[in-house]
Amino acid sequence: MLTPSAYPWVEGESLGQHLDERGIPRRDFLEYCGSLAVMLGIGSAAAPKVASALESQKRPSVVWLQLQECTGCVESVLRTESPTIGDLLLDVISLDYNHTLMAGAGKAVEKAKADAMAANKGKYLLVVSGSIPTKDNDIYTMIGGKTARQQLEEAAEGCAAIIALGACAHWGGVQGARPNPTGAVGVRDIIKNKPILVCAGCPPTGDTVTATVVHFLTFGALPEMDREGRPLFAYGERIHDQCSRRAHFDAGQFVDTFDDKGAREGWCLYQVGCKGPATFSPCPIFKWNTRTSWPIEAGHPCIGCTEPYFWDTMTPFYGRLPDVAGFGIEKRVDTIGLSLALGAAAGVAAHATMTVLHQIKRRKATEQVPEATEDEGVNNG
Amino acid sequence: MAKTKLVVDPITRIEGHLRIEAQSENGKISQAWASATQFRGIELVLQGRDPRDAWAFTQRICGVCTTVHAIASCRAVEDALGIKIPHNANTIRNLVHGMQYIQDHVIHFYHLHALDWVDVVSALSADPSKAAAIGKSISPWPNNDEAHLRAVQQRVKKFVGSGQLGIFAGGYWGHPAYKLPPEVNLLAVSHYLEALDWQRDVIRLHAIFGGKNPHPNFLVGGMASAINLSQATTFNAERIADINGMIKRAKDFVEQVYWPDLVAIAGFYKDWGSIGGGVPNHMACGEFPETDINDTKGLYFPRGIIMNKDLSHVVEYDQKKVKEYIHSSWYDYSKGAEEGLHPYEGETKPNYTGPKAPWTGYLQDEKKYSWMKSPRYEGKAMQVGPLSRMLVAYASGHKDAKELITEALKKLNVGPEVLFSTLGRTAARGVETVLLAHKMEGWMADLTTHIKNGDTATFTKDKWEPSSWPKKAEGYGYLDAPRGALGHWVQIEDEKIKNYQCVVPSTWNASPRDAQGQPGAYEASLADNHPLVDPERPLEILRTIHSFDPCLACGVHVLDAEGNEISSVEVNT
Ligand code: SF4
Ligand code: SF4
Ligand SMILES: [Fe+2]
Ligand SMILES: [Fe+2]
Repeated sequence: MLTPSAYPWVEGESLGQHLDERGIPRRDFLEYCGSLAVMLGIGSAAAPKVASALESQKRPSVVWLQLQECTGCVESVLRTESPTIGDLLLDVISLDYNHTLMAGAGKAVEKAKADAMAANKGKYLLVVSGSIPTKDNDIYTMIGGKTARQQLEEAAEGCAAIIALGACAHWGGVQGARPNPTGAVGVRDIIKNKPILVCAGCPPTGDTVTATVVHFLTFGALPEMDREGRPLFAYGERIHDQCSRRAHFDAGQFVDTFDDKGAREGWCLYQVGCKGPATFSPCPIFKWNTRTSWPIEAGHPCIGCTEPYFWDTMTPFYGRLPDVAGFGIEKRVDTIGLSLALGAAAGVAAHATMTVLHQIKRRKATEQVPEATEDEGVNNG
Repeated sequence: MAKTKLVVDPITRIEGHLRIEAQSENGKISQAWASATQFRGIELVLQGRDPRDAWAFTQRICGVCTTVHAIASCRAVEDALGIKIPHNANTIRNLVHGMQYIQDHVIHFYHLHALDWVDVVSALSADPSKAAAIGKSISPWPNNDEAHLRAVQQRVKKFVGSGQLGIFAGGYWGHPAYKLPPEVNLLAVSHYLEALDWQRDVIRLHAIFGGKNPHPNFLVGGMASAINLSQATTFNAERIADINGMIKRAKDFVEQVYWPDLVAIAGFYKDWGSIGGGVPNHMACGEFPETDINDTKGLYFPRGIIMNKDLSHVVEYDQKKVKEYIHSSWYDYSKGAEEGLHPYEGETKPNYTGPKAPWTGYLQDEKKYSWMKSPRYEGKAMQVGPLSRMLVAYASGHKDAKELITEALKKLNVGPEVLFSTLGRTAARGVETVLLAHKMEGWMADLTTHIKNGDTATFTKDKWEPSSWPKKAEGYGYLDAPRGALGHWVQIEDEKIKNYQCVVPSTWNASPRDAQGQPGAYEASLADNHPLVDPERPLEILRTIHSFDPCLACGVHVLDAEGNEISSVEVNT
């Protein structure tokens, strides 16, 4: 959580003192760093590095812009899992601007933002949720009398790096779906000269955001990303490969309609539209809401919300995968195995689907190019 | 003092982008303008899509009142297609929506609204033992003890001492309108922090039925979470126990923290019971169907309208009398800007006529000044939200509501007339939260009884396949959301959405002036006996605006009458 907690870690206080105050033994802290290191995909051997980096941190400034959006992304971060030690991390941050939580309003907060940006020039982390409307002279989102584009450009100028949070900041989000009435685009379409990391999803899980911030603090850089700019530690795995219903897919046990026998046995949701085979997301691993459940576990098919343009490429949501028009991902795969799947007979196209899956898997292995963004994606605007 | 024009932009601690302009004179606001400065166009995005997908799109209208648009959308599509959902699905939706209310209202009170009444800096000079004594006198909450409060104060002291104030930078600390003694401020700050942890826990109910929060999953025809007591991976006894725990913790916090805090704080701000009343008409479409959505007599929060503060008479609500106007909004209508349109014929062509960006002057000098339309009921401006709901309930003789409101009025030693105010809106939110915190247990008991009796159905499948649909259909889905009366209207043709319109709580409340010059609810409230001591530090404006719990993203959306072509997709189900 980026909000103030009951245990702010304040400047001048050593980590040791702070942990004491919270009654947290040093051993727990190291263990925690170990599990973070594993989550970040750098191996538990890196735990001491994570620990020492966290220990030496001052509270860095974070400026959070909310542009054209629904605030779901902020709410998601508010739900971040909070083992006692988790809060500690977030106390490391000084959240200097965020509409949803700031005490003041109007001029007072615009000034607070300007002050924070000036004082931390070149060092602050910029978090952006929401898209940037570009039609009709950018007039569709105004904040403090400025357009969303102007707000973004001003805040990006002096930042160290940007976290684009959610589908809206990633590629335009729901308002960017066909026919994209306001010309909504993502951060990467406007800002070209800063490192941008994407926490994809509508919204992403709060834990992904937390872990990304930790990585940034620990290593002074953003984590390794896929071509979409998504951190591999969270988005490196396909839902389908980690899914708790996968055994039923392999066994050919499918839900045919909701609440049928298969649904009550927890079978695979492929036939009712699951987009898990085409979606890279940490949902099955991190789960949602302090690991309570996640969409497929709760019986609803995955809607593919971490993939770019999913409102167009993954709909209709209850249409079976190879039949869904768009099926966006394959457009960015060199070898397309889809025709096979499309040609398969009705019923369970398991074999053909496997072929598609295989192709997508190869995409992952060949796709580690964080810098390329121009040739990206179907712009449906 | 001379007449001052002022702008507050951005209004913070709300959802979305709102700009308030006002004129003030001698410490009072004479006129106000509410301007929604964001437009997204989601209704247009819906055209040509599978109506069974609409809940997911409309849900993204708002991530704060996540669930409300999704349920309203399911209801609209179910109404259009004649789908009756199973009893359990209705109960599960009540549980999900009920927890949404409870969690959302508590977050609103502590994290969005409290800093308007609570001076964090003043809490630093509190005497923790006195604070604990006050805390114990109003509630058995265990953390209202001296050691805990002292520790909170220490931490806040250090935080403030660090000079890095984060979200508290730019607050109006020390403003003369803050009236709480330091000890009460300390209690409130302590609960602000506790509520952050609490909200994360209780909302897990959404993850159980919908897989995640924000934006849990829904399903036209019912709910997707199947019930099977003998399966580890479905809704089973372990889940039931988990939910019962959440419901208990929700109720404890509401009864022992939120409600006593609200009553205690209100006691110091009784003068706000005659400030900010505004639009005297209150509308509630009703919510929480106990049996079936069409049984409007069986709604736990009743449906109806209070005109002109007249609590002796509840007027019947009829969705056909709703029309939207664009006199002051940046749109065109084909019949001209002064016509009103019912949502079924709703159209909107965005047509921005305001000043060029960046804005340096005032929008109040413009004829059109907002992306919000002006919905009116029989031509009249309406207020919606917790106060409207509780007034309708009170006037309809709702036993639980009447009891609690009477008790609160008695504690504060005031009459029902104070309800029509900024304080009334804030208090009513607490009243309905208490009612729902109790109601949740009943719904959960209902669900388990049905399961026990062998009824585990959660989905009606007979109209799921588009081939079973009529060529043309239209439907209306209502829902009284935490922020007020909401309606979705859908028209379906050839298995696709032809037209979709939402009229949303914040559209009613945040609407700009109509052709008759009638201001919307925010505007009217800010000009109703409303103080403003220092235009540079507009704390009082935040109080009244936050008392509505604005949700601007919800309010602004559009349907394009021209209907740009949307490519169709083949579905093989
Ligand atoms: S990505 Fe989704 S949850 Fe986040 S702001 Fe956009 S619509 Fe809301
Ligand atoms: S199709 Fe969906 S439900 Fe089935 S195994 Fe794959 S991800 Fe899981
Ligand atoms: Fe909302
Ligand atoms: Fe609308």
